[in-house]
This record gives sequence, structure tokens and C-alpha cells, in this order.
Amino acid sequence: MNVLLDNLDLYGRAFLGTIELFLIAAVGSLVLGAVVAGMRVSPVPILRAFGTIYVNLIRNTPLTLILFFFAFAYPRLEIVDLSFFTRACIGLILYTAAFVCEVIRSGINTVPVGQAEASRALGFGFGQTLTTIVMPQAVRAVVPPLTNVQIALLKNTTIASGFSVFQAGGIYQELSENGYNVLVGLLWIALGFLILVVPLTLLQRNLDRRWSVAK
Amino acid sequence: MSETTPMVRMAGVDKHFGELHVLRDINLEVPQGQVVVVLGPSGSGKSTLCRTINRLEPIDSGVIEIDGKTLPAEGKELARLRADVGMVFQSFNLFAHKTILENVTLAPLKVRRTGKAEAEKNGIALLERVGIANQRDKYPAQLSGGQQQRAAIARALAMKPKVMLFDEPTSALDPEMVNEVLDVMTGLAKEGMTMLVVTHEMGFARRAANRVVFMADGEIVEDATPDTFFTAPKSDRAKDFLGKILTH
Repeated sequence: MNVLLDNLDLYGRAFLGTIELFLIAAVGSLVLGAVVAGMRVSPVPILRAFGTIYVNLIRNTPLTLILFFFAFAYPRLEIVDLSFFTRACIGLILYTAAFVCEVIRSGINTVPVGQAEASRALGFGFGQTLTTIVMPQAVRAVVPPLTNVQIALLKNTTIASGFSVFQAGGIYQELSENGYNVLVGLLWIALGFLILVVPLTLLQRNLDRRWSVAK
Repeated sequence: MSETTPMVRMAGVDKHFGELHVLRDINLEVPQGQVVVVLGPSGSGKSTLCRTINRLEPIDSGVIEIDGKTLPAEGKELARLRADVGMVFQSFNLFAHKTILENVTLAPLKVRRTGKAEAEKNGIALLERVGIANQRDKYPAQLSGGQQQRAAIARALAMKPKVMLFDEPTSALDPEMVNEVLDVMTGLAKEGMTMLVVTHEMGFARRAANRVVFMADGEIVEDATPDTFFTAPKSDRAKDFLGKILTH
């Protein structure tokens, strides 16, 4: 217990860092993932090709490699100087979006083709059909797997410690430097993550229930 | 547009699905205000014909015109033209995540850019007209098939279309719900709506149609008034078809 109480401030700051990273990367990956999914079902061959290449390239690259790229290789490219935190966010968003895209795309496949036909018959264009008719129904169909991807993202934020972005995954380093029992410290971190996942699970259940009524 | 411009004109239309020649040299004109019923055995191409008119199915060759305008390729122009062509599907295709009223107001709001108050007022009026205004806040899955199809008709009418296409509107309905949908369609026909109806409902064809077009194997075999068609069909295929349905 001492490990936690003595270092409450450390834990607090670290988990705030985790939450911040997660929230930004979650929103970013959902938006980017939806856009890439839109590309993959679009009638424009170039967009489809781009989406396919993006997903296959990013999905098959280890997250550590992507984050290391942004940590060490990106600064050498000398494009725009970004903070470690921003680069961590970008890495997480790019990586997670590939998975979000595939989940949403499988959701799109569950929407009956008649929905898009009715929409086109009413005079909606491709973009409007996708955003107002197909996408909302697709997302509703894939809330559980989408939650999975987001929970994985939450845990993946710990890899950002390789970046000196301070978050929960970096707590044990400081604990061991100060001579605390690292094993106990890690258990508290695990509990912290468990607590963070609860709201996500509740959100999933809530959305699932609400949307299953509306069908 | 002059008085003589037909609302729908198809000339020399051909279409294949792979090897299958589904539409063979289709020539058809639907003048304004006319109700044309398309009959024929399944697989005769009548649904495909209906779906080519707003280019849900593209054609291989030939010309299709709506109110004198040639159907453009996929894009903004086509979307604008489709907005003027109402379509009712066999499987209703109401937007599953929207309430009945939202289904009816969505396209006026987003495509026609009508104000919200006006769109809802029109929407409710249309729902009243098809007799389901009290269901306006429900979702499609909570309605019976007949109610859903009437909502789908209201949704199409909300765009104030110049012509309505019906693609087997009663084929997915339980028998006791067929009439409530046909009544709405008969009402529309009486008000002078230009309609092209693909159906198996012979009663409706007799009662509401100005013309009957009979299709078989992708061809228009007969094009006559309902009276002529039902009492004195010329072709053997039409006689055969009528013999099969009317004996029961």
C-alpha cells in the first residue's frame, strides 16, 4: 500500500498522461479510421488503392517500430518540429486507425445494399450516402470490436514511454530508481488500467443497448 | 418542356448481366400523368428495366431520358435528376437508424435544403395521407410491412418527384397488407402522378393502369390498354402468362 500512497502524485500524473494520450489517439484514430474505411469502399480506384496500401502497411508493422520511427527518425527528416507528446499521438493514431478502418469496413458490409440504393435514389451523392446512411449503421453494428480496438489502444499507450512521454507505463522506472518494490508498484498500475477500461466497457454496453432498440 | 415531351423515354436500351441479355432493344415512352404497369414472368427483366430509369442499373447501350434530359453518368448531375424520380423498392429500404418522420424529412433537408419546420410539416402531412402519422416517432423495424411500404412511398413523395417508379412494391408483403399499399398507389394514380409500376397485382393493373407493358425474356412483347391486354392478348407468351395466373 505504501508504494501507492507514497507515490500518489507520481501515479496521478502518470495516469493523467495515459488518459490524455488515449483520448486524443482514440478520437484521432476513429476519425482517420472512418476516413480510410470510406476510401476503401469508394468508387475512386486511387482512393481504394491508397486505403488498401495504408491498412496493409501499417497493420503489419509493429507499433514499437512506428513509435520509434516518430521518436528517432522523424526529427532527422526536419519537416516540422513536433513535441514528443504530439509525435506519440500521431504514431498511435496512424497505427490504431488501420484497425479501426478494418472494423468499420466489416460494419459497412453488414449494411444491406438497399440502404445505399434508397439513398442514391433520393438524390444523395456518394459522400452523403456514406456519412448519413451507411456509416452510422456500420458503426452501430461494430461497437464491440471497435471497443476492443480502443482498449488495445489504451494499453498501447504504455509503449510511448520509449519516447519519454510520461504516462502510466513509465511509473515503474521511477519507482525502482527510488528503491520501492517494483512488483507491487506494477500491480497498482495494472489495477489502474483495469479501472480505466471499466468506463469503456460501460460505454460499449450502453451504446449497444440503445442502438439495438433502434433497429 | 413542351407538352409532348414524355416523362420517361427509353430508346434502343440494351443491357447484359454477364452472358445474360436482360434487356433487349427496349423502346418505351411514359407520357406525363400516365400510369404504366409492367407485367411479366420472373426473370423477364421488368425489375431491371425499372432500375435503369434512375440508373441504379447502368445500361450497355441506348438512350434514357427523364423529362427530356438524358441520364448523365454517375455524379452530381445524376443525383439531381434522381431527386426528381421517386422510387419504391420491394424490400422498402427505409433507413433503419432513422425514425419514420426522419426517413421522410431527411432527403428534403439534405438534398433539397428545405427548412426544418417546412420539411417536418410536409412530412407529417404525407404520413397522414398514407395513414401512419401516429407512427412517426417509431423506427422502421417496429412497423408492419404494409406500414413500412407506405412510409417508403411518403419518403419518395416528400421530394415532390415528377415520376414515381415502383419495383414490385407489394411482393414482400403479407397478403392482408397488400391492399393498404395498393390503395395509396391507386390514390396517387388518380391524382395524376406519372407512374411506372412493376407488379404482379393484376387487380391493380386493371383498376389503375392506363397501359400495360408485358415483358418476357428481356423484351417488351405487348404494350396495350389493360382491357385489351387482359381480354385479348396477342402474343402466345402473354396468353401463356395470363393463363397461369388467372386460372386461380
